[in-house]
Amino acid sequence: MSFEKEIKKYENFDLDGYFNNLIEKDIENALDSDYQDLFQFLTRLSPLAENYIEEMAQLAHGITKQYFGKTIQLYTPMYLSNFCINQCLYCGFNTTNKIERKKLTLQEVKNEAAYIAKTGLKHILILSGESREKSPLSYIKDCIEILNEYFTSISIEIYPLKQNEYRELIDAGIDGLTIYQEVYDKTIYNKVHVSGPKNDYLFRLETPERACKAGIRTVNIGTLFGLNKWEKEALFLALHAKYIQDNYPDVEVSVSIPRIRPHSGNFNLTHEVRDINLVQFILNFRIFLPRVGITLSTRESAALRDNLLPLGITKMSAGSSTSVGGHTIRDNSNQFDISDDRDVDEMRGMLLAKGYQPVLKDWWY
Amino acid sequence: MEDMLIIAGQKIRNRLLIGTGKFPDKKIITDVLTHSNADIVTVALRRVDLNSNEENILNYIPDQCTLMPNTSGARNAEESIRIARLARASGCGNWIKIEVISDSKYLLPDNIETLKATEVLAKEDFIVLPYMSPDLTIARMLVEAGAAAVMPLGAPIGSNRGLKTKELVKIMIEVIDVPVIVDAGIGKPSEAMECMELGCDAVLVNTAIATAQDPVGMSKAFSDAVKAGRLAYLSGLGRLSENGKSSSPLTGFLYE
Repeated sequence: MSFEKEIKKYENFDLDGYFNNLIEKDIENALDSDYQDLFQFLTRLSPLAENYIEEMAQLAHGITKQYFGKTIQLYTPMYLSNFCINQCLYCGFNTTNKIERKKLTLQEVKNEAAYIAKTGLKHILILSGESREKSPLSYIKDCIEILNEYFTSISIEIYPLKQNEYRELIDAGIDGLTIYQEVYDKTIYNKVHVSGPKNDYLFRLETPERACKAGIRTVNIGTLFGLNKWEKEALFLALHAKYIQDNYPDVEVSVSIPRIRPHSGNFNLTHEVRDINLVQFILNFRIFLPRVGITLSTRESAALRDNLLPLGITKMSAGSSTSVGGHTIRDNSNQFDISDDRDVDEMRGMLLAKGYQPVLKDWWY
Repeated sequence: MEDMLIIAGQKIRNRLLIGTGKFPDKKIITDVLTHSNADIVTVALRRVDLNSNEENILNYIPDQCTLMPNTSGARNAEESIRIARLARASGCGNWIKIEVISDSKYLLPDNIETLKATEVLAKEDFIVLPYMSPDLTIARMLVEAGAAAVMPLGAPIGSNRGLKTKELVKIMIEVIDVPVIVDAGIGKPSEAMECMELGCDAVLVNTAIATAQDPVGMSKAFSDAVKAGRLAYLSGLGRLSENGKSSSPLTGFLYE
């Protein structure tokens, strides 16, 4: 059993042809139906469905309120290391980029942890570039041991691991995995992942499943909007989330929908994702998979994030920095530029003002 | 004599139990609990942050309420047992609502793991209230294992669909000796009233109150509905009939 089989079914699906055959009645039916399937989801992603965006928003808002309440879980990323042996065209940590490379010492990890913990956050996401030499599993485990003292939930966004390695990290104290496929289209995937272990499409595709089999609690998957036609990636991402939910029912699934941001590389994005498309995805994903979380990172501007809030978002980052040691040490070698630099207090204030409860703690390890 | 619900020897006046998830602001929880005169309130231990005054949800619960921490987030007996012990060690008292859910899509409880956890925790002198799918055999086993009450679902959590499990809950009410509390799925006060008219001992509501436009108003409405339903049950509802019943019966002449 693998998601690869599932994705193959739709690899050559003629999305444009499907969209071209739709009439307004189809959109209306897809909005009214109590039973949601993949094709209704696709129907609502069509250009024609843009005319129904407000109806979709009302529906998605109601569903989100019912299943999640007016609550938003907050977390912050902590970058451990930017050493990386991959050459990914869209990423600031690209091995060929001339940036200052740094890995936090365990003392620095402790400093960052203490600094972040003071904000009241209990959920931390640790990130690292792919270098088993510079940031081996033993180093990650040492960091987790320190973070256990400060946080009640630790998620990782590091290089893909084997199933037994996930088990080791779960035993050490992690409960969540974030892993983006970046782009589900295999041809584009191979083109933008020029060299390094990340070039292995299938190993990355099956990463969430290995973590699920190892007993992880939460899995957050994502696609980097902009690398491919967004509707196609939306289809695969929804399919992937549904696949994990159906096959690993005890795992809490969520998705991220980052759009490409400026970074220290020289890759030009080729596919435009307009704000309305991002909204269209969020709304329809919520309608299609009501209980799956949607994470919104600081790649989007503060104003847009505030407006997206009631549409289906369940998790947001706060006080973000995408550089190694960025919470306590200042430098410019970030993975990508963030657009919302509000700290935890500001985010809490904004949420409360908008009638949302900020949730700083949602698991107790 | 005043009608009281008794769980593990404790007298409970208000048969509406309230959950604390999904509120837009923790401050509203205090208002809801105060205005609805709630006696029992459930809190997910996963959300309790003892290190923070402002963020600690326990600080928003009035003193007169009995705290019933729940094991939300537990995927098996082991995790729920660990959370229960953590709750007691953190000063959250002896009551525990066991919630074991290994299905993130429908959020339906795992009765087998719930039973395992009940067996262990009851022996450790917890007052155990297991959340369950309404199954008579499991309910009997839960009581045997030491459950202080059983909490069958009316419909999936947060679904607002009402008492869809009516026939099964009705049988549990007839057979099970400990209090039967309908937990989950109740979306309207009329549905809470329906549970109480049926003979349920109490109802637990969260989503319908927390996500209402006016949570305080809705909590009062639920509280009144639960009282009305209870009073109707105690007063003896008439039998249901397909036809109208004549007040001048056909065999009346026999007694003239």
